[in-house]
Amino acid sequence: MRYLPLTASDRASMLAAIGADSIDALFDDVPESARLAGPVHLPRAMGEIEVERLVSRMAARNVAAGSVPFFIGGGVYRHHVPAAVDHLIQRGEFLTSYTPYQPEISQGTLQYLFEFQTQVALLTGMEVANASLYDGATACAEAVMMANRVTGRTRAVLSGGLHPHYREVCETYGRFVGFELSTQDPLDGEELARLVDRDTSCVVVQNPDFFGEVRDYSGLARICHDAGALLVIVVTEILSLIVAAEGQSIGNALNFGGPHVGLFATRDRFVRQMPGRLVGQTVDADGRRGWVLTLSTREQHIRRERATSNICTNAGLCALAFTIHLALLGETGLTRLARLNHAAAGALAERLETVPGIRLLNRAFFNEFAVRLPRPAAEIVEALAAEGVLAGVPVSRFYPDNEPIADILLVAATEMTTTEDMDRLEAALRKVLS
Amino acid sequence: MNDWSRAVSAHPPEISAAALETITGNRGLQIEEPLIFEQDSPGHCGVDLPEPATFCDRLGGLDRQGIIGLPGLSEPQVVRHFTRLSQKNYAIDSGLYPLGSCTMKHNPRLNEKLARLPGLADIHPLQPIATVPGALELIDTLSHWLKTLTGMPAIALSPAAGAHGELCGIMSIRAALEARGDRRIRVLVPESAHGTNPATAAACGYTVDPIPADLTGRVDCTALEGKLGPDVAALMLTNPNTCGLFERQIIEIADAVHRAGAFFYCDGANFNAIVGRVRPADLGIDCMHLNLHKTFSTPHGGGGPGSGPVALSASLAPFAPLPWIVHGPDGLELIEHKTGPAESSLGRLKGFHGQMGMFVRALAYMMSHGSDGLRQVAEDAVLNANYLRARLADDLSLSFPGPCMHEVLFDDRFLKDTGVTTLDFAKALIDEGYHPMTMYFPLIVHGAMLIEPTETESKASLDQFIAVVRALAATARSGDTARFRAAPVHTPRRRLDETTAARKPVLRWRPEPMQHQAAE
Repeated sequence: MRYLPLTASDRASMLAAIGADSIDALFDDVPESARLAGPVHLPRAMGEIEVERLVSRMAARNVAAGSVPFFIGGGVYRHHVPAAVDHLIQRGEFLTSYTPYQPEISQGTLQYLFEFQTQVALLTGMEVANASLYDGATACAEAVMMANRVTGRTRAVLSGGLHPHYREVCETYGRFVGFELSTQDPLDGEELARLVDRDTSCVVVQNPDFFGEVRDYSGLARICHDAGALLVIVVTEILSLIVAAEGQSIGNALNFGGPHVGLFATRDRFVRQMPGRLVGQTVDADGRRGWVLTLSTREQHIRRERATSNICTNAGLCALAFTIHLALLGETGLTRLARLNHAAAGALAERLETVPGIRLLNRAFFNEFAVRLPRPAAEIVEALAAEGVLAGVPVSRFYPDNEPIADILLVAATEMTTTEDMDRLEAALRKVLS
Repeated sequence: MNDWSRAVSAHPPEISAAALETITGNRGLQIEEPLIFEQDSPGHCGVDLPEPATFCDRLGGLDRQGIIGLPGLSEPQVVRHFTRLSQKNYAIDSGLYPLGSCTMKHNPRLNEKLARLPGLADIHPLQPIATVPGALELIDTLSHWLKTLTGMPAIALSPAAGAHGELCGIMSIRAALEARGDRRIRVLVPESAHGTNPATAAACGYTVDPIPADLTGRVDCTALEGKLGPDVAALMLTNPNTCGLFERQIIEIADAVHRAGAFFYCDGANFNAIVGRVRPADLGIDCMHLNLHKTFSTPHGGGGPGSGPVALSASLAPFAPLPWIVHGPDGLELIEHKTGPAESSLGRLKGFHGQMGMFVRALAYMMSHGSDGLRQVAEDAVLNANYLRARLADDLSLSFPGPCMHEVLFDDRFLKDTGVTTLDFAKALIDEGYHPMTMYFPLIVHGAMLIEPTETESKASLDQFIAVVRALAATARSGDTARFRAAPVHTPRRRLDETTAARKPVLRWRPEPMQHQAAE
């Protein structure tokens, strides 16, 4: 077996050094009834050629986004990742290192996490950010729990425009961790402000919201402030703006939904209530600047049952991909990338509005918008997939029993979307809808 | 002209490398690297993107005003920056990484290659299911391997890491108890447990009740029996435990837990010791998380992303989190809502379907080893740990009688009266080119040193490590404490001031204040 360096004679001489008769002797503590006599019923070892063939065969059964006109978003976006990003994150010193507990030999990881924290703080306009969480949805649930700790209250208000998976993760955590949620219905025009009272720990809104709408929450922020509640802003497309966010769009592939990277930023005064790892600047014994994991008295390995969260790891390598991609983009590149996304979505919306039966639902959007179709969106998406076009996300996939929104389709465009892709979508839609 | 044929003269003996200051502060391959924010050339960009041909602002007047403050760098600057940073990291690729309970084994590159196939990396979680049958097949195949290896009937794949898997397990247990109208308030956790165990139980609203260890480093069964009662929801036990020992009484423990109406949660962080040789289901376990980034070699990546699937018994399976993949009449089906067979599911724990990228890597790893190779993994991991145990027994102080499983626990009695601490000893290992072992964990012995070599170390590598550890132990006993207290000295940074870092947190870069520049 190519990954196992011990030879038969190594094993024999090592057993002799230990003073054991056989390898079985080392497993004597295992109750006899639980010892397996031989290998379990699974295929035997394979070489690289066979493994590659079998896994490639599974991969070939899927339609890759890059092989068709592609307009799916809904919280995960197809963006270009520069070749340098993937090359750098595959350097063994990044890929095969552990959490940086030994700072003297982990300055590489610690420094890029410090850079990541700074980038996230700058992007979100916040004072401080952590070294990442699992993904946007869990970052959102952690934000609610942090708001509960900060305010001493246990009821959160969730906007109907929050991504349904984020809402569902909050509901799961709420049930087991013990907090209440007041949830607005999707597309509910009711003012969120009416749900805010003196028991509200936070209001969670998404911007742009799940339907792509870009909103001004400054009025809501004042209402929250007056009620002593926090405002949590969720971003599923970080190219757009701001505090519990999904960072996949920068540096990371679609990956069928994971691994991605959760961004989490807040105000300085709440930093000791923050979940997740934090890297801080300090000096070494010679007075030289360096970095360490810090404020770990919030964390489970020190605090055990009194920790702010049970989280142990972050999404290190995905955070590295984010940091490198954003370093490559810089101010100029990020601004231009955002403009390209917005221009592509604007051009697409203009075209789709000319197709009979399609109505644009957004007033303001960034790179994704919602359209109402004359028939259930799921049917149309299936028909378009048969035409070789992956047209978008039918909202009914998240709300299967909600009739009024069954006709709504979310459509996304990015810098990867070409004019030809738009031609194909438009033509296929005209055909399917006629 | 080059001088390749000239004889290289030796250093003048009066100059030692440590004392030789360089102009730059660099030391050969160790290069001082500023932050990207300190290398800003405004206007520079490492990506060539066109300006959009047509642009119609549909942001409703909510576009960002003012600058973000991101630095501008070209691609070569970025590549050089991150390459230099990488060179300041220790990694499995560069040497033995004996961190106990972390299973730092070789990360095969085939897995990286396969995880990047467009048919796996470039597919969207919300594509029509008919366009991703291969993805469901891969997840189902992974689940089949994990079910066969654990002997458990169901696997929840969505948890994003080990701690997230623990949360999933304890939530499943609570959901099962609630479904039978049973309100229980305590979770029993051995004192030797990972910190995530008590943190998880507390996060789910339970009172954590610690169980002491007995003199052999295992759970004190009498104390456990005494603490079991009708208000106990679960026992969270790591097996093999964090002392590197198999809990011999585990079947009796499981019986006692079940008699009390509680569930038996096993922390599977140490599954590497028994994979292919013992099925957790045969030990009476109801629920166990697996760290794909430990036993199944997905890269630790400097702290993630991980993946923590949870194996569930028949009594807990109905409560598994969404989504589910089930075998239907027309092949595999993805269930994303609490309907049909998933009606009792505890709900969603994460966006989308779990850490697909990690699933690909773990499956490629398992297929490469096969059932025979995985069994060999456990055997070699245990053999390597016992070899270190035997060869270091006289030089360090073993905490408990053996044999051990995949890791071996020492404490600091061998350093008594030397003035050298476990921390000093570990830092001296760094100067010798090794990553230290896990220190001061588990908490039940003084100055713990927990060593896990894994099966991917050769005998020669272990022999070299043994020689170094023995020599260091002898040096410590000889009274040469200065080098330990000063260590490490041959690293990009020496010991860092963690107290100041925590007292006055500097958690991000900020531009130098203007008045500071004016003063210069």
